[in-house]
Amino acid sequence: MTKQQANWSPYDNNGGTCVAIAGADYCVIAADTRMSTGYNILTRDYSKIIQLADKSVMASSGFQADVRALQKVLAARHLIYQHQHNKQMSCPAMAQLLSNTLYYKRFFPYYAFNVLGGLDSEGKGCVFTYDAVGSYERVGYSSQGSGSTLITPFLDNQLKSPSPLLLPAKDAVTPLSESEAIDLVKTCFASATERDIYTGDKLEIVILNASGLRREYMELRKD
Amino acid sequence: MFRNQYDTDVTTWSPAGRLFQVEYAMEAVKQGSAAIGLRSKTHVVLASVNKASSELSSYQKKIFKVDDHIGVAIAGLTADGRVLSRYMRNECINYSYTYESPLPVGRLVVQLADKAQVCTQRSWKRPYGVGLLVGGLDESGAHLYYNCPSGNYFEYQAFAIGSRSQAAKTYLERKFEGFMDSSRENLIKDALFALRETLQGEKLTSAICTIAVLGVGEAFHILDQETVQGLINEFEVVGEEPPAPADEPAAPDQAGDAEPSPAPADQGPPADQGIAPMDI
Amino acid sequence: MNVADSSPAPAMNNLLASNADSQRTLYPYVTGTSVVGIKYKDGILLAADMGGSYGSTLRYKTVERLKSVGKHSIIGASGEISDFQEIMRYLDELILYDNMWDDGNSLGPKEVHNYLTRVMYNRRNKFNPLWNSLVLGGVKNGQKYLGTVNMIGVHYEDDHVATGFGNHLARPILRDEWHENLTFEEGVKLLEKCMRVLLYRDRSAVNKLQIARITQDGVKVFPPYSLKTFWNFNAFQNPTVGAEGSW
Repeated sequence: MTKQQANWSPYDNNGGTCVAIAGADYCVIAADTRMSTGYNILTRDYSKIIQLADKSVMASSGFQADVRALQKVLAARHLIYQHQHNKQMSCPAMAQLLSNTLYYKRFFPYYAFNVLGGLDSEGKGCVFTYDAVGSYERVGYSSQGSGSTLITPFLDNQLKSPSPLLLPAKDAVTPLSESEAIDLVKTCFASATERDIYTGDKLEIVILNASGLRREYMELRKD
Repeated sequence: MFRNQYDTDVTTWSPAGRLFQVEYAMEAVKQGSAAIGLRSKTHVVLASVNKASSELSSYQKKIFKVDDHIGVAIAGLTADGRVLSRYMRNECINYSYTYESPLPVGRLVVQLADKAQVCTQRSWKRPYGVGLLVGGLDESGAHLYYNCPSGNYFEYQAFAIGSRSQAAKTYLERKFEGFMDSSRENLIKDALFALRETLQGEKLTSAICTIAVLGVGEAFHILDQETVQGLINEFEVVGEEPPAPADEPAAPDQAGDAEPSPAPADQGPPADQGIAPMDI
Repeated sequence: MNVADSSPAPAMNNLLASNADSQRTLYPYVTGTSVVGIKYKDGILLAADMGGSYGSTLRYKTVERLKSVGKHSIIGASGEISDFQEIMRYLDELILYDNMWDDGNSLGPKEVHNYLTRVMYNRRNKFNPLWNSLVLGGVKNGQKYLGTVNMIGVHYEDDHVATGFGNHLARPILRDEWHENLTFEEGVKLLEKCMRVLLYRDRSAVNKLQIARITQDGVKVFPPYSLKTFWNFNAFQNPTVGAEGSW
């Protein structure tokens, strides 16, 4: 029998877009809920956002099986941390853990593109952005995933974050109010959905602030 | 010279069919400060006495969270207790990694008992010198188990282990029939009263006890000291009155070491040494 | 789609190709085609045909691809049949050990699905996949569950799922016609509609199918039967007529 399939690949790209914006006293983390493979939509309601600790939330796109494995490893590691330290992990600590966890698989990487949002120990919004093998950076806002090429330049234009080259370093948090940031995120996704076939169906927005965690949803185009 | 030729290792039987090393391990449990557990249909309460080994030191933690749905209270060698609770935590994490659901308590208890049993059958090992009261919640409701160094385990409505636990057991035996339908608050109240019994007249304060609760809609957690003191005041569990009449000297336990057994004859009856050297 | 370009897949393929005497599944031998599953009013319905293809040869005609897993779950499999039979050995052992506790606790569909996801993902991590797409349905404590997992560990839950060609041909129908309160009869009708379309358009499909049902009261895998078909459409009889530019 002659071989009929293309060579097997351990990876797939299930698409999806993630955005996070940090403010002075809040953080907004958003992602669409579409899961695709090739031209197929597998499901229209799969959450890409997970709360890893009280004040850290991760949104991930890429290969869903790797993303899920990564989420489970982080959840287990956080449980162990809580047993050992009797407290929740801080967002910057989770950021370092995420980086280490990704780099641990440097030579068979998690095909996962993450943004981690949360509040730091002073209650200030923070966003950490990653590549698949664990390089990371604290920024004021970030976008990852299939729609990031459409969203990132738009956010750059709207948020005009100070250059990281400036000395002394300027704070990276955005000047927007919480509700302005939420509106901006909604606009980003509505626009990305127009052109990116891997983004759509529904937008899930998680808002973290001093009073806790809140979720909002917005319908997106389903085609 | 020698008192006993059958107690030098775990794997040697005495002609009477006993394993002395295992029994010694069970003695270690009796010498640790007391731990108490009781349950209703929906809740489990664990309580322990914290005795510092010296005026200059703090006490050792005796109640551990294993998972949201399981917790343990220990008596005996706290170091062994910590090792076993770490094992239990790992089992819970591994189970929920594979199945994304909580490990049934009864199964964890069997795994734990099997682990203890192995130590009773290997010449190069030593039995764990700790007794564990395991409280948990699963599909079939709230449970309380006692795990013994021998590898035996039992399910209980209410139980107490550790030094002077007989007094607490007597209290619990008197009241246990009402526990099944008890409210959470009443369960804590009974835990405090039972705990007081083990103190033999010493004043019960939040500084010398730990209380933990677990129930439907309530993940396992250790109550903070202020809350416990509040409850002690509310229930007027002050103590300090002379111990209940005809209170046995707490020693004659089931183990049957009353007869001229070759067992630990050198150690006095565990009851009258305030704090066990093993607990340090 | 250009996943392969952007992912490190080519390196992996070289790694595989150099293993001349490897024992890994590089491509499947005997395969089953689509499985379709839906939630309905009282539980879950699964449908699959009984064909086993050897490449493009329809080699086997009585392959059972729907099985019960314990009291609360049913599974449907497409892809390599031998791998599915191996998976069934895993699951039967899992359920046996679960029953042996005899303590009133039991693994529900969610647990079984998660377990399968871990098995599939672990095998892909070892570059030795189980070449299947699986559908897992079940009811426990009045909770309906329907999920799927494929050979590289991608998994999700939905109200209706399908594997392989079913994703292209059945799910559009299901998205149109599925609703929460389907009766058993309506559910079967809907599945038959999907299976008929698959039969017409999926060359590996055969006209002998099974339906499995799970409710609170238990599992039933129905005996195989055939669908009524009508092949006398003009376009079927003379497909090239009027098809400009087609061979």
